[in-house]
Order: sequence, then structure tokens, then C-alpha cells
Amino acid sequence: MSNLFHQDVLTALISGGVIAGIPLLLAACGEAISERSGVLNLGIEGMMILGAYTGFVVAYYLHSTWLGFLGGAGGGILACLVMIVLCVWLGLDQIVVGIAITLAGEGITSVLQGAQFGTTYPRLGATPTTSIPLLHKIPVIGPGLFEQNLLVYLGILFALFLTWFFRATNVGLNLRAAGEKPEALDAAGVSVVATRSWAVLSTGALAGLGGGFLAIVGAGVFTPFMTQGQGYMAIVICMLGRGKPIWVALASLLFGISLSITTALQLAGIEISTDLINMLPFIAVMVALVIFGRRSYLPPALALPYVRGAR
Amino acid sequence: MSTVPGNELLTEVEVPNRAGDRSGAVGKAIDTVIRSLVPVLLALVAGGVLLLILGHNPFAFYSSVWEHGAQNKAWQESAKRMAPLLLIAVGLIIAFRANIWNLGYNGQFLLSAAIISGLAPSLVNDLPLGLAFLILFVVAGLVGAIWTIVPALLKAFYDTNEIITTLMMSFIGVGLAQILIKGPFQDPSVNIAQTKVLELDKMLPHIPGTKVHIGVLVALAAAVVVYFAISRTSFGLKVDVLGANPRAARHVGIQVKQLIITSFFFSGLLIGLAAAADILGVWGYIRANWNPAYGDTVIPFVFLARLNPLVVIPFIAFFAVLSTGGTLATQEVGLPTDFLLVLVALILLFMTVIEFLGRRRSLGQSYLTNGLREALRLPGRKKDGAAAEAGETPKKVAR
Repeated sequence: MSNLFHQDVLTALISGGVIAGIPLLLAACGEAISERSGVLNLGIEGMMILGAYTGFVVAYYLHSTWLGFLGGAGGGILACLVMIVLCVWLGLDQIVVGIAITLAGEGITSVLQGAQFGTTYPRLGATPTTSIPLLHKIPVIGPGLFEQNLLVYLGILFALFLTWFFRATNVGLNLRAAGEKPEALDAAGVSVVATRSWAVLSTGALAGLGGGFLAIVGAGVFTPFMTQGQGYMAIVICMLGRGKPIWVALASLLFGISLSITTALQLAGIEISTDLINMLPFIAVMVALVIFGRRSYLPPALALPYVRGAR
Repeated sequence: MSTVPGNELLTEVEVPNRAGDRSGAVGKAIDTVIRSLVPVLLALVAGGVLLLILGHNPFAFYSSVWEHGAQNKAWQESAKRMAPLLLIAVGLIIAFRANIWNLGYNGQFLLSAAIISGLAPSLVNDLPLGLAFLILFVVAGLVGAIWTIVPALLKAFYDTNEIITTLMMSFIGVGLAQILIKGPFQDPSVNIAQTKVLELDKMLPHIPGTKVHIGVLVALAAAVVVYFAISRTSFGLKVDVLGANPRAARHVGIQVKQLIITSFFFSGLLIGLAAAADILGVWGYIRANWNPAYGDTVIPFVFLARLNPLVVIPFIAFFAVLSTGGTLATQEVGLPTDFLLVLVALILLFMTVIEFLGRRRSLGQSYLTNGLREALRLPGRKKDGAAAEAGETPKKVAR
């Protein structure tokens, strides 16, 4: 127990937490966009795993981390197109389609992985990191926070951008109106369907990017079912953060730490069952829901297809 | 867009009459069959195309599925597979009818399975076999039911979204099952993380003349019992009222909170029984990291059967064949068995599309109760009455 607070352990904890938190952050920010526009995206788990697969494959064959990230976003977009057509355009049930996308994503990536690599799981090399001058030399928190892949900083900046976007831009206000009171948006002459389509599209891209980050930077390998419920965690994080990007980002990093705590504890020489550790984030979610559940907020028009002129 | 007016959604609550008006009983039956079977057929075709792309012969694959799933003695394997699938399906039907998305089936199933596997070896030796099985089934059911309590209470008292809570509890349940298997229930005589294996003569007896264990009969009986409970008792009526419109339920004096907790309870109970039937009838032990995820694959069939516990039986039989035959067939051609998951997802997607076309052409009955769509609305908002209203008129925002 004595070396739990040793410098290396804390560094590993923070660094691992950030790396594990970024996929959650991206996916949860994506979910926030989608939910605030009135589309409940339960398929985010499927979009993440598809993004993880496509991202890994692109990075593996083209030997480029950044093309891999692009590929991940592309995979997420591919999965969310289904959702856009079925849920936004045709107004079909968002829960059923979401479950279907998740199952399809998990199944198809496992099949493709098997068809491509058999039972071998090739690994990617270490990914490049960008150090922020001076700051990365701060002991303990420096290497964890300021010596990471560039996408880490971009992801955190994106959460800040999203706050500003929701609050201060026309498009952001339209997007929120689509979730709060779609008929008002329609009356103002803005297409609800188009607004929601773009929202879901960006959700797919972000979730796919998150999945890609998970496979390329986080794990360096693609294994079937590797997202292990992180998409659902992103939904919870988004709910608890009330759709506010800053809170969503903070909660993501917190959950990232609880995801990465295994490695840190092993470094500290503490042997705890990994099953117990893997349960921690979900227990944390349940505790958070029990305590804060009443205060979580979802837009009124969430999960309701918009039909012009309906009563 | 204009083809999905909200008031059509509204009329879907009283669908049986409407379909009857339109085309008579025969037409209605044909409509229903079309809407139930077409998604499955389309999914098989699309799956075949996917097989072609992956360089396999779809016809050979599907005939191999049939051969390994139904021909000769293989049907017995499929019948055994039906037991857990059917029990889970019936458990989900209770919850879905009450407008509750119990998506925590994996955790409820695995936790029950782990506890059963841990208790069974000593129980079957110490007690008369019949009594031991009775106790084990009761324990399994209770474990499944208890695992729904936290989501049930949160839903009943705080109106917290049960999709999220049941999923979280599911992950916790799966983890807890692993800890139990690797810890207290570990068979000390082997190096692999698994429980003690039941001897063959200490497992559920077979139906005479077959190799099918009697758990299948338990499952069929459960389906019939639940059918009568839902269609002939006040409990069933209350559940349907709650599912259709929570506000109406409260207005006619139904104890909504109690009913939510009870529906959750029975849903979990049946899923727990599924674990007992599967472990005591087929496997005899449980290995760490074993997760058949039966529930994921059952969901589309529950909807296709329109939440009817008897209609779901043939669908489950079909999937049992596809699942037993498909597992072997995929292994034969060197595909991951997760290919079956793709088929299931395709069925779900085609189901929603057929649903759309059906709504457009007023074909038969909808898959989902209106209330079920509303299950989502919302955690943390007290005005569930207003939300229910929004369910009937999809555009009207609850405020």
C-alpha cells in the first residue's frame, strides 16, 4: 500500500486515465450533440466498435496514425448513416435501431477480423506523442497531461469548442431547438430533419474517432468486443453531465481514470482481481445515478421523431 | 416524412380493430405473417450476400445450418437450446409489456448461472435429486429477480431511465459472476477457472425416449403460464395499461410503483430460471468468461412475436435451429460465430423497415406498444403523465 502514492504510480494513473478517457470524451460529446438535437443514439457502442475496427485496419495497412483516426471517423459515419435514414428521415424507433446497430457493429467487426487475421491479433507500434513545452516537465502530472498524442489535446479543445458552439452560434441554437421544441425550429424556417441529420452524422464521426483512438493509441490492437460497454458509459456520462460539454469532458476523464486504475495498481504491486476493477466504472455509474439521478436532464423531444404538422 | 403522420401512431394503440376493419380476419392473418416472416427472410438473404462477399457459398452454409440444427438427431440439440432462449424471451415479454426496457438480461443470467453452478455440486449429492433441482431453480429465479431490484426502485421512485441502469447492473453482474467462478466456486482440482462439473446422472433428467432435458418443458410451461397471466388475469391487464399509458394507469388506481417493481421482478425471475435450465440441463458447470449472451439474440423475436408468449415459441424454435446449426456451420467454414449476431441485427433492422412500410400501408399490428416507445422518457422528470401524452402525439412536446 505504501507505494500507492509513489510518483510513477500516480503518473501512470493520470496518463492511463487520460488515454482511456479520450474515447469516452469523444463519444460522450458526440452523444451530447445527438441528444440535444433530439435523437437518442443507443447505437453509439456499435459506432465505436466499427470505428475501432476501420481505424485499426487503416492504421495497420497505411502505417499512419492520422489516416487511422480518419478511418475510424469514417467507420462511425458509415454506421450512423443507417441511423440517419431509419430514425431521422423515416422516424423509426430509435431504441430498436440503436440496439440493432450495436449488435451489427459487434458482429460484423468480429467476422471481418476473423476473416482477415484469423485468430492472430497484429499489433501497431507506439504512436507519436506531442509534448507541450515546459509544462510536460512538471513532476507527476506533467507526463500524464502534457505529453500525449495530439488528438488528446484536440479532444479536450473540442469539448470547449462545443460549449461555445451550443451557447453562442446559430447552428448550435438550432440544434438545441431541434431537441427542445422542434416545431418552433420548423416555424422559424429551419429544417428539423436536416439539423438532426447533421447532428447524428457528427455523433457517428466522433464515436468512430473515439473507437479509432481506443484501438490505435489505447490498445494498439483490435480485438472483437473491445469497447466493452464504453458506448453505454458515454451515454450515461452525457446524461449525468446534462449534455454540457465541459462536465461531460470532466466526467469522461474521471471514468477514464477508473478504467485505467488496474495498470496503476499493478505498478504499485497491489494484486486485486481484474474483474473487480473492471466493475468499478459501472459501480461508479450506478452510485452516481443513485445520488444524482434525479438531476440528470434530457431534452423534451428526445427520441421522438419529428413530424411536421402532427398535433 | 409526410408518410408518418403522428395521428397514425396514435391509432396504432387500438390496432386490432383497425386491421379487422380493413381486410377481415384472413387478410389480417396474412398481413401478420408477412410482417413477421419477411424481416427474417430478408435478413437471411442479406446474410447470404455477406457470405458471398466473404467468399463462402451461402447455399452450402444454410444447408449446413439445417443439417447441424434440425436433421437426424440434431433437432434435440436445438430443443435443448430452446429452454434458456424461451425463458429469457418470456421474461423480456413481461418487462416490455409493462413499458420497461430490461436490457440487463446478460448480468441476470450469468449471475444466476454462476451461483447455480457453485451450489449444485454439493446440493445434488446431499439432497434428494428432485428437491435439489427445485431449490436450485428457486435460487436461480430469485438471484435473477434480485438483480433487477436497484433499477426497479430507481425507475419506480426517481423515474431513472432503466435502459441505462439495467445495462450498468448487467456489466456489474457479469463481473461478479467471474469473481464467484474464480473465487469461492472454483473447482480446486483443475487449473482452469471453472466450477465443479456435475456428473451426468446428477443433471436434469431427459424426456423419455429423447436426449432433451426436462428444462425445455419448464420453459414451455412458463410460456403458457405467462400467456394466461397476461391475457386472463388482472395483473396482465394492469401491466398492459401501464405499458400503454402510465397516466391512465395511475388514474384507474393502479399502484404504478408496485407494478413496475413486480414486472421487473418476474422478468428477472424468468431470466434466472433460464440460467438454471441451461446449466443443470446442458452444461453442468460454468467456465470463467463464458457469456452466451442469449438475450441479445432473443430481442428481435420477442418483437416479431408482438410480445405474445405463445407466438414467440415458433420464433424461438427457429432461432434455436439457426443458433445450434449456425455455431457448427460457422466453425466449419472458419468464420467467427459472431456472424449469427450480424444475422440477428439484420433481422432487427429489416423489422423496423417493414414496420415503416407497414405503417405506411396500414399493414397489421405494430411491433411496439406506444408506451414502449415512451419507456425512454425521461429520468429525473416528474411529469410522466405529460410524457405519456407526448407518446400518443409524437410531436407534442411535454411541457
